Amino acid sequence: MTNIAAAAPARWRLKQPSIIPGFGLTLGFSLAYLSLIILIPVAGLFWRSAELGWAGFFAILGDERTLRALYVSFGTALAAALVNVVFGTLVAWMLSRYSFPGRKLIDAMVDLPFALPTAVAGIALTTLYAPQGWIGSLFMPFRIAFTPLGIVIALVFIGLPFVVRTVQPVMEEIDREIEEAAATLGANRFQTIRRVLLPGLMPAILTGFALAFARGVGEYGSVIFIAGNIPYVSEIAPLLIVIRLEEFNYAGATAIATIMLIISFLMLLVINLIQAWSRRRYGNA
Amino acid sequence: MPDQLRSSSATSPAFRDPASEGLLAKVLLILLGLAFLGFFLVLPLVSVFVEAFRNGFGDYYEALIEPDAAAAIRLTLLVAAIAVPLNLVFGLAASWAIAKFEFKGKSFLITLIDLPFSISPVISGLVYVLLFGANSALGPFLKSYGVEILFAVPGIVLATVFVTFPFVARELIPLMQDQGTGDEEAALSLGASGWQTFWYVTLPNIKWGLLYGVLLCNARAMGEFGAVSVVSGRIRGLTNTMPLHVEILYNEYNMVAAFAVASLLAFLALVTLALKTFLELRFGAGATGGRH
Repeated sequence: MTNIAAAAPARWRLKQPSIIPGFGLTLGFSLAYLSLIILIPVAGLFWRSAELGWAGFFAILGDERTLRALYVSFGTALAAALVNVVFGTLVAWMLSRYSFPGRKLIDAMVDLPFALPTAVAGIALTTLYAPQGWIGSLFMPFRIAFTPLGIVIALVFIGLPFVVRTVQPVMEEIDREIEEAAATLGANRFQTIRRVLLPGLMPAILTGFALAFARGVGEYGSVIFIAGNIPYVSEIAPLLIVIRLEEFNYAGATAIATIMLIISFLMLLVINLIQAWSRRRYGNA
Repeated sequence: MPDQLRSSSATSPAFRDPASEGLLAKVLLILLGLAFLGFFLVLPLVSVFVEAFRNGFGDYYEALIEPDAAAAIRLTLLVAAIAVPLNLVFGLAASWAIAKFEFKGKSFLITLIDLPFSISPVISGLVYVLLFGANSALGPFLKSYGVEILFAVPGIVLATVFVTFPFVARELIPLMQDQGTGDEEAALSLGASGWQTFWYVTLPNIKWGLLYGVLLCNARAMGEFGAVSVVSGRIRGLTNTMPLHVEILYNEYNMVAAFAVASLLAFLALVTLALKTFLELRFGAGATGGRH
């Protein structure tokens, strides 16, 4: 392909020649549908935000309650993503290396947070971790639900499959011989894991971390039940958007949404950079 | 030869495979992993069904046939029945264009298709509120012709289409890219038309991946909460979907009814997972495309 392009660089063309029909139709339909459903509405949000002007925009963001909500959202998402890095990697290790009864079933269960509606997860976790719940009562007088810790619990649930499903395939492809080589060269098991296995797994772990974090920042349904939603303490940014909308404060909702979107897009960029770097460095995603 | 060495030395009781953990470490790691999964996955799922049947099967059944719950179930089915086929057609068109042709800006297009995954559901709803709300240009104009978008079924459908937008395309693109264009080129050179090629050659190749994409899309469409909650207005019996109805019942401390409706959604999730597992065991991980 590059040879052809190099031989005939004269004419710019959108697509390489092909005998397969339907390019115009399918690409045209895809672009039109994408624009109508996603691009124009999202552009509208940025447009509305631009109408606020810099002063108006930062006046809303500088508000104490907004700042606290953003802090709660990003802080709990970060904590949950870190928990998932540790336990998600452990679960991926367990599923790809050990055999024990029920392994297949547990492997299938890991996708549950993808499939279970967030509101269902929210009420179930709240009932479990509430002071009188099955798990919450074990930890009394220390409260889990209706505190920021409850938000972390919900976000751990939501983010777990992102880490497991990015790390697991990479672990399964590790050649056992490199571990045996490390052992013959005198490394103990801990050194092999830390110096031989972990560096190769790092890009996948980082990607999983970023995906879980990005998802956690925007999560709404599973969080609002368990959070208690106390302003300045356990109120997340998406909930504050909903509250502003219910007050018909469209400017407030728009500004918070815009800053969250910008941060999400930056996160997306970081994820892509990690993956591009990992492909260059290790030859896989 | 190395295998013989390994098996002969494994018979000696003092031997431990140096490229693996000791038995005690293994058992501890498995127990730790299982405890974590128990607290975060198994118990929440079990508790949904326990709470739903707390007062017996009679109350459970009553909660589901109650008119507002029945209306919520019907609305959820209606919304999924519109949103899923729309995204199915889009997924097929987009993956055909992306997998069968080489064109400029392709990876950017794939990034754009993934965009809804990185947008908070609440913001997905908000963009339509801004577009069709009372102080927008479009809302009052449409309203003067009697067309209601917000706080009505069309708004719920739009928000659902937005959040479920990437699911089918995301499954099909890697699958069709792996399969290449050889089969289609052969069919076309033998005289098949474009539609025949798609129908008799491409579709049979991708049917399981397509089914899986539709399953995931449907699970999310029926379970979406944040985006729908922003645009629906939560009018009982009219614009209340199942997840919104769960929220209302829960906030009214009507736990048995809330968990009864929730158990239907949890059951849907279990069916989705079971079918996914079946497809992967039957056809290999390749049948269901890449990751989510």
